[in-house]
Amino acid sequence: MWLIDSSIGRKLIMSITGTFLVLFLLFHSCMNIVVIISPTAYNAICAFLGANWYAVAGTSVLASGFVIHILYALFLTYQNKRARGAERYAVSKTQKGVDWSSQNMFVLGTVIFGFLALHMYNFWFKMQFAELTGIHTGAYDPSKGAEYVKDLFSNWIYCAVYIVWLSALWFHLTHGVWSALQTAGLNNKTWLPRVKVISNIISTIVVLMFMAIPVYYLISNCSCC
Amino acid sequence: MEKSINISLKVWRQAGPKVKGEFETYKLDNVSTDNSFLEMLDILNEGLINHRKEPIVFDHDCREGICGMCSLYINGHPHGLDGETTTCQLHMRRFKDGETITVEPWRSAAFPVIKDLMVDRGAFDKIIQAGGYVSVNTGGVPDGNAIPISKVDADEAMDAASCIGCGACAAACKNGSAMLFVAAKVSQLALLPQGRIEAAHRAKVMVAKMDELGFGNCTNTGACEAECPKAVSISHIARLNREFLSAKFKD
Repeated sequence: MWLIDSSIGRKLIMSITGTFLVLFLLFHSCMNIVVIISPTAYNAICAFLGANWYAVAGTSVLASGFVIHILYALFLTYQNKRARGAERYAVSKTQKGVDWSSQNMFVLGTVIFGFLALHMYNFWFKMQFAELTGIHTGAYDPSKGAEYVKDLFSNWIYCAVYIVWLSALWFHLTHGVWSALQTAGLNNKTWLPRVKVISNIISTIVVLMFMAIPVYYLISNCSCC
Repeated sequence: MEKSINISLKVWRQAGPKVKGEFETYKLDNVSTDNSFLEMLDILNEGLINHRKEPIVFDHDCREGICGMCSLYINGHPHGLDGETTTCQLHMRRFKDGETITVEPWRSAAFPVIKDLMVDRGAFDKIIQAGGYVSVNTGGVPDGNAIPISKVDADEAMDAASCIGCGACAAACKNGSAMLFVAAKVSQLALLPQGRIEAAHRAKVMVAKMDELGFGNCTNTGACEAECPKAVSISHIARLNREFLSAKFKD
């Protein structure tokens, strides 16, 4: 199967799963931002998505997207390390025009994955999982999402952790978005720099929407006391 | 203006492909800044020979930047710090008095060291042999205007064809990927009518050969383009991706 055997095929899988995850992040961040605008509306979204069959189906497709993206990243990184050879350069310098994030996608991905585990425990385990199994894993009812978010982010450490996490995500996305398009074969010298700008814009929008929430609670908690 | 500098050279010495190599430091005084880097190595080698020592082995041929034979990873850059030049076009005026210059061979699993700074770049020849040619018998020369080619395509093909196959792309790549080389070779032929006919087949066999020889997977860092002595653009890699993917989807 050429998708597994060939280097470009393997990269296409990274590209497609990556694009899928970016689309998910856009969807996710659009819903999250509602918690600032209207907590009632956010609770309505929590109740609407909850653990219905469509939400569960969506979650499993999403999870498989993550799993494939991560497994292929491990596989490709291993192959690339091997291709570099046993001997390393004694002196090696990063070239002008080479983004730091592009050379550290695996490190960034690992950081994102680590925080993702925490995030799953914080939210998925206490909301969708709780609703699915009927076990009360958290102090809040799954449909009271807004109150739970407010409670979690009243702790400044959680705010800081989420901000660090989202910064790593930003770096990962700035390279990931345009790289996915390049791998899919979007070739044009004029559009290459433009695609990079578009990629920066998309990642900034996604990350700003996510980051607005911990920042909002951080500021509102500070002004309270 | 001509000047003389004193330098230290930290050179990778390796007696053979299977032997463990190590760095050896040489001091070289009164090097003219008008010397080219390779001339400086010649002077060093002459000194070594006169002292009945083994000279440093390195690749070189035309010494005018067109054959792609010279290599060398100098102070962390393939072909040295200067952009769009090969090692043979690098001059000693680019170095400071008292500087220590580190010289290493290309390091990539697909380019095994033969001796010292010389590596076996036969892998690139094998990729070309797999499909980097036009196998159609073209017959007599047709009229110049018979097949119109747009200026844009002609320029793109020419830019891709400027690749000299030196291997700096694979040497600079953190993934040891040869994608820029393969992309340039696929592009130069795919853009023009003669090579277009076999474009799909060529992309498939050349990529298959590249993977088989143990080159890594491209992650679009762009280090290859930055280090390429001919500044071949990574947009050719996107073209190769497209050629390969559309060929595979057609199958």
